Amino acid sequence: MSDKDKAMAYWKANVRLILISLVIWAIVSFGFGIVLRPLLSGIAIGGTDLGFWFAQQGSILVFLGLIFFYAFRMNSLDRKHGVDEE
Amino acid sequence: MDQFTLNLIFVGASFALYIGIAIWARAGSTSEFYAAGRGVHPVTNGMATAADWMSAASFISMAGLIAFGGYTASSFLMGWTGGYVLLALLLAPYLRKFGKFTVPEFIGDRFYSQTARLVAVACLIIASVTYVIGQMTGAGVAFSRFLEVSNTTGLLIGAAVVFMYAVLGGMKGITYTQVAQYVVLITAYTIPAVFISLQLTGVALPPLGLFSEYTTTGEPLLARLDMVIQDLGFAAYTLQDTSFLPMLNMFLFTMSLMIGTAGLPHVIIRFFTVPRVADARWSAGWALVFIALLYLTAPAVGAMARLNLVDTIYPNGATEQPIAYDERPDWIKNWEITGLLRFEDKNGDGLIQWYNDRNANFAETATERGWQGSELTVNNDILVLANPEIAGLPGWVIALIAAGGLAAALSTAAGLLLAISSAVSHDLIKGAINPKISERGELLAARISMAVAIAVATWLGLNPPGFAAQTVALAFGIAAASLFPALMMGIFSTRINNVGAVAGMLTGLIFTVVYIFLHKGWFFIPGTNSFEDTIAGSLFGIQSTAIGAVGAILNFAVAYGVSKMTADTPQEIKDLVESVRVPRGAGSAAADH
Repeated sequence: MSDKDKAMAYWKANVRLILISLVIWAIVSFGFGIVLRPLLSGIAIGGTDLGFWFAQQGSILVFLGLIFFYAFRMNSLDRKHGVDEE
Repeated sequence: MDQFTLNLIFVGASFALYIGIAIWARAGSTSEFYAAGRGVHPVTNGMATAADWMSAASFISMAGLIAFGGYTASSFLMGWTGGYVLLALLLAPYLRKFGKFTVPEFIGDRFYSQTARLVAVACLIIASVTYVIGQMTGAGVAFSRFLEVSNTTGLLIGAAVVFMYAVLGGMKGITYTQVAQYVVLITAYTIPAVFISLQLTGVALPPLGLFSEYTTTGEPLLARLDMVIQDLGFAAYTLQDTSFLPMLNMFLFTMSLMIGTAGLPHVIIRFFTVPRVADARWSAGWALVFIALLYLTAPAVGAMARLNLVDTIYPNGATEQPIAYDERPDWIKNWEITGLLRFEDKNGDGLIQWYNDRNANFAETATERGWQGSELTVNNDILVLANPEIAGLPGWVIALIAAGGLAAALSTAAGLLLAISSAVSHDLIKGAINPKISERGELLAARISMAVAIAVATWLGLNPPGFAAQTVALAFGIAAASLFPALMMGIFSTRINNVGAVAGMLTGLIFTVVYIFLHKGWFFIPGTNSFEDTIAGSLFGIQSTAIGAVGAILNFAVAYGVSKMTADTPQEIKDLVESVRVPRGAGSAAADH
C-alpha cells in the first residue's frame, strides 16, 4: 500500500469514528436533553425526570467520556496506520 | 481579623503569586510568546484552558442564570461544554499539526487568500474585544464589593497585574498563571457549594445533592423547589415548554454556544502550546475535566441558592407571610449597598413580598393577600458572590470567593488579550504590513500590541458601553457563524477554495451581525431595533442569541455552492490539507518556523 492509500484509509477510519462520536454527542444533548425529553418524562430521577438530568448533568459526563474515548481510539488508529508521532 | 483585611490578604497573596510566575516565565522568542515554546504538558494545558475559558460570566453569572432560568438555562451547561467535543474531534489536533501561531494564519494559508486572513482577523478582534469588556467590568465589580476601592482603582490594579505577566511572559507567562488561577477559582467555587449542599441535603457532593432529598421536609430537593416557587407564581424550575418555537430556540441557542465555543480563537490557540497532535486530543479531554468540575457544581448552586433565598424570605413556607424588612439578615444589608439587591415596600406593610408579579394567573392571589407588586429585585450576579454569606460561612471563604472571581476574570482577559495581540503582531504586522520583520522585531511588536490591547481593554472597562451585557451574543454569534465553519471546511474538505471561503465567511458574519442588530438595535443603540428580541416578536421566530447556528449553516452552504462554481483548489493546497490530517511530522512543522 502506498503512503497515499495508507493516509486515505486512516482518514476514512477517523471520519467514521468522528461520525459515531457526534451521533452520541447529539443524542444525549439535543436528543435526551431537549427534543426527546417529553418522551423520557416517565423515568423519574431525584424529584424530576431523566431528560432534566441529561440537560444539566448527564450530557456533560457523556461529553467527557466521548473525548477520552476518541483520543484513546485515535492513538491506536495512528499506530495501526503508521502515522503516529515518534 | 475583619473581613476587609482577610479579603486583602487573599487577593494580595494570589496577585503576588501571579507576579512571581510572571518573573519566572519570561518569554525569550516569538515561539514562546505565541505558543509557550510548544512545551506545555497536556494536563497543564487542560487546566490553563479551563481558566482561559471560564470567565467572569461562568464564575459569577452562570449559577444565577440557572437559578432564575431553571431548565431552560441548561443551554449554557450543554453549550459551553459540548463545544469541547467539537474542538477535540474537529479542530484542535489538525490546527496543532498545521503548526503555526494564529487562527487567521491557518485560514489565510489554507484558503491561499490574504482577504480570507484579514476577514478572520476582523472576526477575531470583534469577538475578542467584546468578550474582554465583560471580563474587565467583572473584575471591577469584584474589586469594588470586596476591597472597598473604587471601580477605577480596582480595574487599574487588575490591568497592572495582567500587564506584568502578559507583556513579559506572553503565552508562556499566561499559561502558568492560568494554572494558578484555575486552582484559586475552583477552590473558591467548590467550598461554599459543598457547605450549602450539606446544609440542604446532607450530601457533600453538590451534583449528587441536586438530585437528593431536602433534609427539612424529606422531599426531593427539585420537587420542593418546583413547589415553593409555583406557590409564588413563578414557573416550575424543571418545566419545559414543549411547543415548537421554544424548543427550536433552545436547540439553536445550544448549538450556537457549542460551535461558538469551538470557534473562539483564544480557546483554540491554547492547543498550539502542546508538543504533539495526540497531546492536543488528550488536552481537550483534560480541559473538559477541569471545566466540568465547575459546570457540574453550578446547576446545584443555582437550584440550592434559589431555594435558600425563598426560605430566607418565607421562613414559614411560601404560602405564609414573608419576613419583615427590619428583620432581614445581614447579607441582604451588605448587598443592598451595592444596588444589586433592592427592596421597595410597595404596599407599605413592612414585609418583603417577593413573587412573580408578571404572571396574570397569579394576580388574583396576590391581590387577595394585599400584595401590590414584587418588592425585592435580585440581580443574577450576586448568587455566587453572596453564597458564603447566605450560608453563614466564615470570613475566609468570602475572601476566597473574592480572589476566585478575580482569577476567573483576569485569566480569561489575559487569554483574549493574547489572541488579539498575536493577531495584530503576527497577522497584520508580519503578515501584511512588514513581512521582513526580524524575530526580535516581531517579539517587540507582540509586546507593544499586548500593552496597547491592555490599555484599550482597561479604557473600555472604565467606560463600559451601555451594551456590555449584550455583546456576549455577538462574540459567540461571530465565532459560530464565521470562524468555526471556515476552520472545519478547511480541514474536512479539499474542494472549498479561496472565493468560496471568503463568500461563506462574509455571508455568515453579515447575516448574523445584521440579525442581532435588527433585534438589539444597530450597534446596540436602544430604540433602533426593528423587531422585539423575543420568540414571538422576532423576525424568524428565532431570538438573536440563537441565530449563530443559522449563520453557520448559511456559511457552509454558500462556501460549498461558490466553490463548486469556481476553479478547483491548487495541488499544493490539497497536499497541505492532507498533511494536516495526519499526525506524523508535527515536530518538524514547528521547527521550520
